Amino acid sequence: MAEEMRVVLRNYGKIDPLNIDDYINAGGYKALEKARSMSQADVIAEVRKSNLRGRGGAGFNAGMKWNFAYGVQADQKYVICNADEGEPGTYKDRIIMENDPHAVFEGMAICGYAIGANKGYIYCRGEYPYVVDLLNQAIAQAKAKGVLGEFDIEVRMGAGAYVCGEETALIESIEGHRGEPRYKPPFPPVSGLWGKPTIVNNVETFANVAQIIEKGGDWYAGLGAASYPGTKVLTLTGDVVNRTVIEVPTNTTIREVIFGFGGGIRDGKKFKAVQIGGTSGGFIPESLLDTPIDFDSMTAIGAVLGSGAVFVMDETRDIVDVVERIAGFFEHESCGKCAPCREGTMRMYELMKKVKSGKGTVKDIELMKKLGGVMSVACLCGLGQAAPSPVLTTITHFRADYDAKLQ
Amino acid sequence: MADYQEIIASYRGTPGGIIEAYHAVQREYNYIPAEAVKEAAGVFGLSEAQAYGVATFYSYLSVEPRGRYIIRMCESAPCHIAGAEEVIQAFEHALGIKVGETTADGKFTLELTECVGQCQGTPVITINSQPYAGVSAEQVPAILAQCK
Ligand SMILES: Cc1cc2nc3c(=O)[nH]c(=O)nc-3n(C[C@H](O)[C@H](O)[C@H](O)COP(=O)(O)O)c2cc1C
Ligand code: FES
Repeated sequence: MAEEMRVVLRNYGKIDPLNIDDYINAGGYKALEKARSMSQADVIAEVRKSNLRGRGGAGFNAGMKWNFAYGVQADQKYVICNADEGEPGTYKDRIIMENDPHAVFEGMAICGYAIGANKGYIYCRGEYPYVVDLLNQAIAQAKAKGVLGEFDIEVRMGAGAYVCGEETALIESIEGHRGEPRYKPPFPPVSGLWGKPTIVNNVETFANVAQIIEKGGDWYAGLGAASYPGTKVLTLTGDVVNRTVIEVPTNTTIREVIFGFGGGIRDGKKFKAVQIGGTSGGFIPESLLDTPIDFDSMTAIGAVLGSGAVFVMDETRDIVDVVERIAGFFEHESCGKCAPCREGTMRMYELMKKVKSGKGTVKDIELMKKLGGVMSVACLCGLGQAAPSPVLTTITHFRADYDAKLQ
Repeated sequence: MADYQEIIASYRGTPGGIIEAYHAVQREYNYIPAEAVKEAAGVFGLSEAQAYGVATFYSYLSVEPRGRYIIRMCESAPCHIAGAEEVIQAFEHALGIKVGETTADGKFTLELTECVGQCQGTPVITINSQPYAGVSAEQVPAILAQCK
């Protein structure tokens, strides 16, 4: 069986997260020092060369994003760490922050140096007050040691809105507003927090950065899948034997994840489906399990890597029941700013309830396909665009579950 | 109990600090009283409608009074298939209230939530944000008995 590869979770279980000396003794903050001895452009070039792509779902090249913010003249710039982690089935950012907070700070500070920002925010979801406390203690230690230099980090708490994981909604929330996404462009690297150039990266993205600076972009680019190198931290939930968190190279297949690391299906049952990337991810049938988990391979099968949540369902699960629950999630979490999402998520939920209750018809299925198609192009942000995916992919791959309930 | 005016005033200098102020008020009061919303509007230079709009946008914040123990059941898909429904029914039964309600003695409030990020142990509840993993309907009386 393939082995775990720990880059992001390099210090997991090895250091006391609330003892900064542990982190420093493990080589921590050396990369920041090294970065500060390089030119800003060289730091960005190194990160670009690593081909590190965002771990928060969109998979954008981190170095390229940093370069946009670096290139803009401004009196103030910001670095934001997205720790909103709202995708159901996902808890990897919590694991990273709880076990190695300084790895995240170090990545943020390197980014701050590279783009010319002296202020960072960590936007941590409100459901993690215990993580907020830990982060604040760790920040206090970093300040006392002086390791962050001029770079200041402040923690802000989210308050239970899934959409606030979307970077412009997150920015609105830090500004003290309702967390509704902005129209883009301008994108945050040009105009973000309080209108200033802002880099928003995921916790896991930042946690990779120090290693890249320390060991070099070439080293990182050689790990895992070529187009989305490195590792991915995955959280396994549902009917899998090992409900746990793992970090694996990105060329690992879904089958290896579920049947190798995950130990297969619980209670000797058979596999039916897996939804990867969180609740907006596509459902994947048995026939596609040999797909590698990297961003592009997943996209190619109509699924996503997303947050790295791996939600496994056994043969006894009713797909329609699960998807109805998911449709309810989106109806609840739609922020209401744009009509296609506000109305679309509500109608989709209604239709799913109808099908689940046994009153649906073939026409309803066609309507859901049409509605889903419209939403995926017409919605303002990724929430509404991705919301139909569980419905559409299950109609494609698990049509029998729907047909069994139609009139 | 700290006064909401004092709490909110301490965030005056924090840009965009209204949400932090609401969190702090809620930590003391378990909800955000109407007067606190009004106060926050003044401190952060917003209209009352705007301040109310912020308070009601976020599901973690409540403008309705709640019990001393806020029990939230995760209903996201992984917890759903792990039997969240039965657990919530057991709480409703034991407390004699429905989801969204507070017991007459002001002790318990029952709410649904989406994933709270503790999915290694589905199904999950939180009591005043403290997670309890792998909860079953049978455990409900014992869990409630712990809340003094
Ligand atoms: C509805 C929605 C929710 C999102 N939630 C998160 C989240 O919880 N965490 C996260 O890092 N990115 C989330 N994103 C993606 C962010 O908008 C953004 O792409 C990301 O933070 C960029 O960081 P990265 O490039 O390091 O991935 C979400 C996007 C959408 C549309
Ligand atoms: S799905 Fe219930 S805690 Fe994550």
